[in-house]
Order: sequence, then structure tokens, then C-alpha cells
Amino acid sequence: MKHSTFLLFTLPSLSVMFLFIAIPIVSVFIQSLHIEHKQVIIVSENCDPFGCETTTSVDTEASAKLKEKAPLGKFNGFKTYSNRMHFAFDEIGEAWNSSDSFIVFVKKIYNYPLYRALSFTLTYTFVVTPFVLFLGFLVALGVNNLPKLLKGPTIFASLLPMIVTPLVGSLILFWMVDGDGVIGATLQKLFNDNSLSLKASPVLTWVMLMVYGIWHLMPFSFIVFYAGLQTVPHETIEAATIDGASKFQRTRHVVIPHLMPLAIFITLILLMDNFRVFEPIISFRAEAHATSISWLIWNHLRESAYPLYNAAGATSMITIFCVGILLLPVLIRTWRDFNEKNKG
Amino acid sequence: MNTKIENKLTPVRIIAFVFVALWLIVAMFPFIWTLWGSFKVQADFFSKADWANAIFGFHTEKQTGNFFTIDGYYGSWIEEEFWRAVINTSIVVFFTVLISLTFGTLGGYALARSTYRYAFWILMAGLIFRAMPHMTLVSGYLQPFFAWNVWGILPTTIIVLVAINQPFTLWMLHSFFLNIPKDLDESAMCDGCNRFQAFRYVIIPIMWPGVITTGLFSFLLAYNDFTVTSMLLSDENETMIPAIASFLGTVQEEGKVMYAVAAVVSATAPLFFLVMFFQRQIVSGLTAGAVKG
Repeated sequence: MKHSTFLLFTLPSLSVMFLFIAIPIVSVFIQSLHIEHKQVIIVSENCDPFGCETTTSVDTEASAKLKEKAPLGKFNGFKTYSNRMHFAFDEIGEAWNSSDSFIVFVKKIYNYPLYRALSFTLTYTFVVTPFVLFLGFLVALGVNNLPKLLKGPTIFASLLPMIVTPLVGSLILFWMVDGDGVIGATLQKLFNDNSLSLKASPVLTWVMLMVYGIWHLMPFSFIVFYAGLQTVPHETIEAATIDGASKFQRTRHVVIPHLMPLAIFITLILLMDNFRVFEPIISFRAEAHATSISWLIWNHLRESAYPLYNAAGATSMITIFCVGILLLPVLIRTWRDFNEKNKG
Repeated sequence: MNTKIENKLTPVRIIAFVFVALWLIVAMFPFIWTLWGSFKVQADFFSKADWANAIFGFHTEKQTGNFFTIDGYYGSWIEEEFWRAVINTSIVVFFTVLISLTFGTLGGYALARSTYRYAFWILMAGLIFRAMPHMTLVSGYLQPFFAWNVWGILPTTIIVLVAINQPFTLWMLHSFFLNIPKDLDESAMCDGCNRFQAFRYVIIPIMWPGVITTGLFSFLLAYNDFTVTSMLLSDENETMIPAIASFLGTVQEEGKVMYAVAAVVSATAPLFFLVMFFQRQIVSGLTAGAVKG
């Protein structure tokens, strides 16, 4: 295809991606280096017979002028990254010096928002992903063994938790585990403890969010594995059976190696999706016990009276950096494959 | 003989059967429970005393005279004006899918037919863009959108959703067009067509299966989005999902949780039918990227 034709065909697509994905990333970076102007404050002294009083007022005109001159705010360098909302270097150094044991130190660090969000996001990603892979594979094996008539309805029912909107899906579960909901109330009866609440305990909140994550993403790995199982060569299975391999051995030595590339693909998608976990935290109102990086950015932009663009920008850059690390192995692999293909 | 072996009940098969049955209960029960409960009053749906109340509607019968009520739906759709959100969602989803597919088909076709190195780099950039958490992008939009005064309106959200959708659409349609033999459009070009004519008269008539599958996923992305729509739309232009989220803030305190439950069921129903009618396309779409890559 000629370069000019290629450009014409891809122009709309490339321009929207450039304008709304590439440029925002750059603008987020620039945002993170600046800080809001301080309001210009006028201090005036009023003296009357009873003494002098100083009053402060905001000079709106001067503030507006300052804003017009530099709409991004004051240049702040990397200070936003090191403040207590983010890496909190000073505070960590102090915590290290003042803590007598490592556990106390970790507990102190956990109080800073970024470390809090990072620890939940990473735990969530690395717990949910293997569970989804493993359980999805088991369900796929199970469905493969079902009579043909039942397969269609099973796949239909399995797709629902994944297709449904994350915010809505987690709400549905949230209402069920509520103290008055069907699961919550039943658990209270089972343990004979009327104050048992999944929402009040940090550990149970984490577990609940992860159970939701597994429930939501398992259909995806199930479907992909199930499709993969249909492509396992019959001859190899037959040959293994003739050689005396048991069902388990056939699965272990023929089916699993065949499905390995699929498992890598699923892992990649799951890592990307789990790392941006956000909606369940809103639905479960879990922010007291569990926050994710995406939630942190949302919070910077939404919760305070003025959006904290610099904080949101810095958190976003840290997120992008983490995503880069997650993707690096895949990118290197693809690059190698591509080079080999071109050489051959 | 083969069929005989396949129909025999071995212990392994029984375990598999039980396991799948368990999964089905876990997957389906929440939906059935919420659908049934949305036609009850709050005292039944959140019944601490006895979960059977939610099934038989003990309080519902006491309060409304019938064990079945549509108060929740009336409250959310009419009183809280959920219908506005439904209209907004329809507009956003329709245009997002339409524009995504138009841009994606053109781009995906060109990427599949180009033999140059930059096609590979564009796809790689797409993969990286696909991995960006949407929240990081949204934090970059707000300041410029406020400055240009385009914040809060539907077209802005539509174009942002199209852009976020593009990497995925490009990848999917690219791998789909790779499956259409090159010879088809090349022979058309031998007969004197230029590239655009070949695309118009040869490729467009046969591309619909792939486009429909991709369209389904664009639909899901636009329909399910919360991050972009909740940050970029003003209150009166709100779509369904952020509307449900704001229900939680306002409605829950007034003891009208059932409004939110009804809204949740209303938002899930279209997805239910979507899976019912397009199950085959969704499954093939999920596996398309995987089996080949």
C-alpha cells in the first residue's frame, strides 16, 4: 500500500488517538510540574480608638491577573511527586528513624495515600489474576465435558458477570452482602453475631473486592480457554491415550502446553484491566479500607472544592510508569518476535 | 463407539458437572435475586429477619396490597427522571459505536494491508494506549476542556470515548481484515480499481461479520463506561451509569434504595438481551485476538 493511501485511510483514527490519548499524557505530565497559584492576600491594618486589628482579604483582581499570565500555575518541579500525597520522602525518612521495628515502619508508611492505594492495587492485581486464570481453566474443562445440549445455556449464563457494567455488577453484590441483604444476614445468623459486617473490617473489605474481581473476570478466561480447548489436536490426545496416559496426565502434558500461549494473552489482558480497578471501590464504598490508584486520581479531581490538578497529574504519571513496568516483558517479547520475523 | 465413551458417567465427569453447576449458581444467582427483588419493597429486599420475605413479598403485600410492585421503577424512571439518562446513554452509545467503527474499519484495513514497518509501530502504540488506565487520561482532559468551554456536553464525551475505544477497535479489525485474502482487493485493483474503489466494492460487502463483532465491544465500552462519563458530563447530560452512582448519594439517605435497585435492573436488561442474541459474536470476538496472537 502506498504511503499516501495509508495515511488517508488511517488519518481519522490516528488523529483521534493522538489528540485524546497521546497529548493528554503529555499535558498530564506538564500539569504535574505546576502548582496552583496562591491567592493574592492583602493585609490591612485598621486602627480605631480601641486598638489595631489586622484583617486579611483576597485580592481577586490580582489573583485573576496572575492566573491569566500563567494559566498552568506556578512551576513547582518534581516537588508534587515528593510531597506527602505521593512518595512522601521526608516523612518516610522520619518514620524510618523513629520506628523501632519494621512492622511499625510499614504501618506508618501505609498511612500515606499513595502507598495505601499502591498496596491495594498491586495486591488486587496479583491475587485476582491467578485465581481468574485457574478457575476459568477449571470451568472450561468442566463445560467441555458437558453434553452438547447444555453447553449453549452454560456459556450464556457465564457471560453475564463479565458483560454487566462493573459499577452495576458490584452494586448488585454489595446489596447482597449488606447487613440486611441475603448473604450478609445469612452470615450473621450462621456465626450468631449480629454486628458482623463485611464492610466494617478492612480484611473482609479487601476479600470482598477481590471476590467481586474474580466473579467479574472469570468468564473472560473461561471463554478463551474453552475456545482453545476446541483446537487441541485429537490425534495427540488419542496417541497419549494409547500410550496409557490417564485423563489427568493427558490434561497435564498435552492440553496445558497447548493452551500456554492463550494463558499468556489472558494474563496480559487481566493485568491491564485489574490495574485500573476503580468502580467496585465506589459501589462498595470501600474507600475507608481500600483505595486504588485510579480512585486516588478521581479523589484528587473530585472530592476537594478545587480540583488538585497537580496531584492528579503526578499520580497519573506514577500510574503510567507502573503500567509501563507491567507491560515491559510483553513489549520486549513482541519486539524480538518482530525482529526475528524480519530477519527470516 | 466414540459416543458411548463420551456418554459414560465417570467420577471425573460428575465432579466436572457439580463444579460447573456451582459456577452457574454463583454467576446467575445475584442477577435473578436482584431482578425478583426489584419488584418488592425495601423491607423485603433487605430483610434481616427472613430472606424468604424477599421471595414471597410479605411486607410488599402489607404495604401495597399486592406481593408485586413497580413502585421502584416508577420512582426512578418518573420521579428521579432516569429516562433522561436513558436518552443520553442512547445518544452517546449510538454515535460512539458509529464513529468508532467508521474510523476503525478504515484504519484497520490499511494496517492489515500495509507491509511497512510503521504499521507495526502503530499497532504497538495502540497496545500501550489500550493499557492506559482511563482515569489518567481523564485527568488530562479537564483543564483544557474547561478552558475551551466544551466540558459537560455530549459531543465531547462521544469523541473521547471514540478515542479511548480506537486502540481496541483497530487491533480487532486489523486481525479481522488479515483473514480476508489479499487477492480479493488486489485482483480488483488489477481490473482498474484504485484502492478506495477496491475497498468500497470488494471489501465493504464482505466485512460485516467482523464489523458487527467489533461493534458489540464498542457498544459495551461506551455503555459500561463510568470513568469518562462521570467526570466529563454535567448533571443534566448525565448518562445511566453515573446517574445510578449519584442515586446512591442522594437516594439512599431518603430510604429509597429500591429506586436504585430498579435503575440497576433497568440498566442491566439491555445487556441481558445483547448476550442472548449475540452470544456467538461475543464469544468469537473474545477469542479472535487470543487464538491468533
